[in-house]
Amino acid sequence: MQNDEQVSNYVFPKWVNKLPMVILTGTALVLSFVIFVFWYWFSPKHLDVGYSPKQPIPYSHKLHVSELGLDCRYCHTQVENSSHSNIPSTDTCMNCHTQIKTKSPHIMKLKESYISNKPMQWVKVHKLPDHVYFNHSRHINAGVSCYSCHGRVDQMEVVHQVQPLSMSWCLECHRAPENHLRPKEFVTKLDWKADNQAEIGRQIKEAYKIHPGEDCNTCHR
Amino acid sequence: MSVSVPIDDPSKRVTLVEGGHDFKSVSDTVCRPVETKAPKWWMISFGIAVSLLLLILSMLGKLVWSGVGVWGLNNPVMWGWDLVGFVFWVGIGHAGTLISAILFLFRQKWRTSINRFAEAMTVFAVICAGTYIAFHVGRVWVAYYLFPIPNSMAIWPNFRSPLMWDVFAVSTYFTISLLFWFVGLIPDLATIRDRATTKTRKIWYGIFAMGWRGANRHWMNYERAYLILAALSTPLVLSVHSIVSFDFAVSQLPGWHTTIFPPYFVAGAIFSGFAMVVTLMVLARELFGMKDFMTMHHLETMNKIILATGTMVGYAYGMEFFMAWFSGNQYESYAFLNRAFGPYSWAYWTMISCNVIFPQLFWFKKIRRSIPIMFIISIIVNIGMWFERFVITVTSLHRDFLPSSWFYYSPTYVEICQFIGSFGLFLTFFLLFLKYLPIIAISEVKGVMPAANPHYHGEEH
Repeated sequence: MQNDEQVSNYVFPKWVNKLPMVILTGTALVLSFVIFVFWYWFSPKHLDVGYSPKQPIPYSHKLHVSELGLDCRYCHTQVENSSHSNIPSTDTCMNCHTQIKTKSPHIMKLKESYISNKPMQWVKVHKLPDHVYFNHSRHINAGVSCYSCHGRVDQMEVVHQVQPLSMSWCLECHRAPENHLRPKEFVTKLDWKADNQAEIGRQIKEAYKIHPGEDCNTCHR
Repeated sequence: MSVSVPIDDPSKRVTLVEGGHDFKSVSDTVCRPVETKAPKWWMISFGIAVSLLLLILSMLGKLVWSGVGVWGLNNPVMWGWDLVGFVFWVGIGHAGTLISAILFLFRQKWRTSINRFAEAMTVFAVICAGTYIAFHVGRVWVAYYLFPIPNSMAIWPNFRSPLMWDVFAVSTYFTISLLFWFVGLIPDLATIRDRATTKTRKIWYGIFAMGWRGANRHWMNYERAYLILAALSTPLVLSVHSIVSFDFAVSQLPGWHTTIFPPYFVAGAIFSGFAMVVTLMVLARELFGMKDFMTMHHLETMNKIILATGTMVGYAYGMEFFMAWFSGNQYESYAFLNRAFGPYSWAYWTMISCNVIFPQLFWFKKIRRSIPIMFIISIIVNIGMWFERFVITVTSLHRDFLPSSWFYYSPTYVEICQFIGSFGLFLTFFLLFLKYLPIIAISEVKGVMPAANPHYHGEEH
């Protein structure tokens, strides 16, 4: 080793002294940014809220509910009795539209579906993962309003998703249902607001004996 | 009556560095592998190690691609070679911290020439154990569920489960062991940097020496950091394998649900860890010519620890049977009779002979000091300790509470190749360590030499 040529002891430039601080700060910043990316952009709040797919017919809930005064259950007939809240069949639409606006190009599509016996291809907006068992009737009959999950559909021209529908969001209500309960008769009145939600919620929780489960198998069966 | 074997004189300390070394020759000897071309045996073994590494990578690839069904596990034997491999490797990892932390706090100076070696072994063994932990979950891409990370599903791991504690125990253990190893390396890396004759070496060792100049302040901070890390890792030596044993003991299965498990596992871990150190050290001191530092005295001391812990393990085996009888619990009794005389009795008796019978040979000083015999016994001990984990894991599971689901588990080629491959992973790291890092703590060894005594004048007083 003696005969090898000598290498200078000073191979690092002076700015290297600053490197540890730079690396530490850099790591802290990158780490915070990565956490922020996941917390903000990857959350269902960001990814799913506002989802508003184009429907085959630009059906306006605002027109039908707010202006014409239809109840949710006129079309979504099964919501009180079944786990699945049905999308109405063409027949339901044709109750009125055999007479009304029959010349409109949109209603022509509806008529075509009616005659050919092929259902309208509505696009599903509110999606839950396959392994979630959600029962509409169970919630409706417990005094959870359509509003709690779907928002003010009565004011939407095109339906869009309002809530994140994430598991933590479900649990928020399962852990404190009194913040969302209302008397059964107002469940489909989307503009109804309690004067004193905390008090009414507590009373209803007691009256309907509501004890929402928090076990895995409450929703994942 | 004549005494054939000399007895150590207890009034004198054994010389820890033989061969009349001075400070310079210590640095020269330890740095030689780093500063010279890799010897032929190293190239050949590295080639073998990397091929075995490729074997484990392909097996893990198959596992991820097809799912855990490629293993031979089936209800009710849901833990097989995966858990056996995990506990085996974590156990081996225990020698490092015991030598570096507990022996350091007790001022056992003989640890200095073997601690670097054992710590490196610890770090690599825990990496091998980690591959089992990560991949036995099946869907490895969601393995981050093991950690309590806030998420939009409001899902948390079950903090009451020992499997959760295990995640923390093993990851803490790995972090502390790695830090301990690295902190100890810094002064020696600086030595290699200062001796470096090529620019590449100067830069690389310079980066990891982190500007160490050997100043008084550096040494002060270093000693303090080392002491703190030793204090932190001392409880870990006992806690990590205790928690690994909780994976079994906290369940209600006969044969697992035993209070003896934590000390029994810890003793077994130290037993297997020291055996592994002996296996590797016997080879390394020969191949690198470091017999002056890793002396016969070191090997003998370690063999004594193997004897002590092996006897503890043997006691635990006996106590398990005693408790099975003494408890009067028929399921417990059945579990142990089934262990010794059931379908897996071949594994049980392999374990007993490897772990209880062979280490007892170390009562004889001649055998404790015989290189070939200790090499063979150290390998036998590790075979035995592998079988211990196999016996515990599989025999309790394969006789379910429901006789209709009784099952005889055998591994598939994927499990076998994965285990063989895990040695490739270990040896790849270890051979790189042997070649590129000082395998003996240069600065610490110098500290236990007579020349380090301020009153030293070149001869004995």
